[in-house]
Amino acid sequence: MVEELAEFAFTDEQGQLRSAVRRFCAENFDEQTVRRLQESDPPFDPKVWARLGTELGVLGLSVSEADGGVGGNLVDQAIAVEEFGATLACGPSFGTVFLAIPALVAAPAGAVRDGLLAELVEGRRTAAFAVTDRAGAFDASAVQVTASGGGQEWTLSGTVDQVVDAAAADELLVAATGPDGVSLFVVDATAAGVRRTPLSTIDLTRPVARVSLSDAPGRLLAGPDEADRVIGHALTVGSALLAVEQVGGAQHMLDLAVQYAKERLQFGRPIGSFQAVKHRLADMLVDVEHARSVAYHAVWALSDGSDDPALAASIAAATCSAAFSRVAADAIQTLGGIGFTWEHQAHLYFKRATVDAALLGSAEQHRSRIADLVLDTASDEKPPRVADGT
Amino acid sequence: MSNAAEAERVAELARQVVDDHDPKSVPIPEFLGACYDAGLSWVHFPEGLGGLGVSRGNQAVADRILTSAGGPVPLGLNPMGYGTAAPTLREHAQSEDLVKSWLRPLATTEDIWCQLFSEPGAGSDLAGLATSAVRDGDDWVINGQKVWTSLAHRARWGLLLARTNPDVPKHKGLTYFVIDMHSPGVETRPLRQLTGQAEFNEVYFTDARIPDAHRLGEVGNGWGVAMTTLMNERSALGGSGSRRGAGTISEAVSLWAARPERQTPVLRDRLVQLWLRSEAQRLTSERSRAAATVGGPGPEGSIGKLVGAELNQQIYQFCMDLLGPEGILYHGYAKPGSDREDADWRGPIQQRYLRSQANTIEGGTSDVMRNILGERVLGLPGDLRADAGMPWKEIPRG
Repeated sequence: MVEELAEFAFTDEQGQLRSAVRRFCAENFDEQTVRRLQESDPPFDPKVWARLGTELGVLGLSVSEADGGVGGNLVDQAIAVEEFGATLACGPSFGTVFLAIPALVAAPAGAVRDGLLAELVEGRRTAAFAVTDRAGAFDASAVQVTASGGGQEWTLSGTVDQVVDAAAADELLVAATGPDGVSLFVVDATAAGVRRTPLSTIDLTRPVARVSLSDAPGRLLAGPDEADRVIGHALTVGSALLAVEQVGGAQHMLDLAVQYAKERLQFGRPIGSFQAVKHRLADMLVDVEHARSVAYHAVWALSDGSDDPALAASIAAATCSAAFSRVAADAIQTLGGIGFTWEHQAHLYFKRATVDAALLGSAEQHRSRIADLVLDTASDEKPPRVADGT
Repeated sequence: MSNAAEAERVAELARQVVDDHDPKSVPIPEFLGACYDAGLSWVHFPEGLGGLGVSRGNQAVADRILTSAGGPVPLGLNPMGYGTAAPTLREHAQSEDLVKSWLRPLATTEDIWCQLFSEPGAGSDLAGLATSAVRDGDDWVINGQKVWTSLAHRARWGLLLARTNPDVPKHKGLTYFVIDMHSPGVETRPLRQLTGQAEFNEVYFTDARIPDAHRLGEVGNGWGVAMTTLMNERSALGGSGSRRGAGTISEAVSLWAARPERQTPVLRDRLVQLWLRSEAQRLTSERSRAAATVGGPGPEGSIGKLVGAELNQQIYQFCMDLLGPEGILYHGYAKPGSDREDADWRGPIQQRYLRSQANTIEGGTSDVMRNILGERVLGLPGDLRADAGMPWKEIPRG
């Protein structure tokens, strides 16, 4: 029974990992740097990204040593991602760390997979995940790209409308329908036949592009009998890591609002002494703590199989999307006018919250999936007694 | 001893108790007495006082084994005894003999304890209470009224917070006592609540006497003693983890399944939101327990009361909305005092709905809980106090 408590019990090593990533993020992703990088092309510093991969080794923490990783688990990866979220660390974490690396980990070993996985883990190359999801789940009928060819020689054609981190990516993981069903391919993003059109979005730190393929060369990563599982795994891990990122962002916004409420004086006293402000901050604290619990539960469930991964990921996604959005908005309310300015950092997080809430399924879509799983299967055998007036 | 070794020792002792005193066949006091003698009542207490001197996170290890073998949840049988009295007595009683004489019958539930704190004029502002204790020789003479006292009608002992000095600011003039509920001058009357039942009592003191030996802590330090008690709240940590979907939310989900003709998409989303929040709180409690085993309890432990109370209300409100016209039917209001022992959770859903209205008031109102989260967890400044520094007797009351 002692093992059961292992969930949520972070080790000393994990504490050190958190400190190291926090320190690195503080040095390299301070607000001014984030503001500068988000308007650069690419919107991150590839040298810093490579240092995250090599110097810190935090891009593929759950990748086995045989595959070029450090052989940790997803909890380790989550710790790093939470710190990324707290600082809006610039780089293709969504495309590369949340989705592409988990997809490659789940894909069958081979030359295509092994080489790319090692390069992504080291941060020398980046990737984007050009697979249209249906609310965070794989749906073959949503795939708009077709593949023709055979063996290792494939060409892909079609469009994927919104792909996070695609514009600057070196490689694209693309789902495409071939003669035997949907497969997952690796496409060199700079190859002939690949057109990437950057799209303007609300959150400049999380770039999105349209990917159009016209007879673009593709290397087979997972065939029709594997693609479903590989893509599903990537989306589930991606949802859990996205939730953890949201926890990092939400905690930062809560900290910001609390700090401000202690320092800002109106009516001759700190605004945090007013119950209207204090109680809102208390509610934000509850949201953040709940979000942290469900996000790490999902990560633990994926690490040790202690829970249905899809349900745990949906619980995390539904809770954390709502929590980050609400906490970000309530933090701006606490900050008042200054929080509405371009100059203040609050909007960077508010925008990240907005975009994160729309990625890999909305809170409402995940709630609907949870309802399918837990309400539609509920037993009516022992309903509570209902008084009947007699 | 390492954490794992402590946990193994606790587990071994718990298995031994269960083997020697099968909770399914022996009387509850015997079983709980065996737990006490084995040091499993409060594992972090010293040996000989119902504990083993190990870290309190191990309580969950013991509780899991004891309850899964069919043992009772002692906190449910003697809530003030286990949750509040035990840690307070252990820390503040004047002699170890007194602690011993109180603790074992408390643990076996032969002596029920109650907490005499709230008064008609002192609810959230507990430190403003008016019940007086005046020194008379070796005794203290008590006069005043307490209210919302659960189990006073069954209690042998009460934890009493009384004013011993009205001339100093309110927090400084309080003293903490243990009072014999059977002593002359103590009168307990049932208090009928909006469900029609009387779970609680009013307690009147008319020249009731307490020996000075039954004072806990120094004269004038009652507030400090009461605070260490509240901090020690065992319920925040103890008990075993609950299953997903258990608790109040399970009632709403079964009712949902039993009323397919009443289901709508809007109600469905409301219910799943309540389910999600229940699950998030359940996992937060798990996280809190895990944190307590490796270090101290973190902020996540402080939110359970607030969230649980509001969720209860929202879930029962959902049930009423799901039932529609059926929900307004009732089984009638009991005559005062006729069914004092009928715990509300056994009643029909409508009664639980009515009862849940108290959840955000009892044990610290949700408004106060948010103040506590804001001030103690987030470190926000306190509100302005109109009575700061004022002698208690000059504070306006009403």
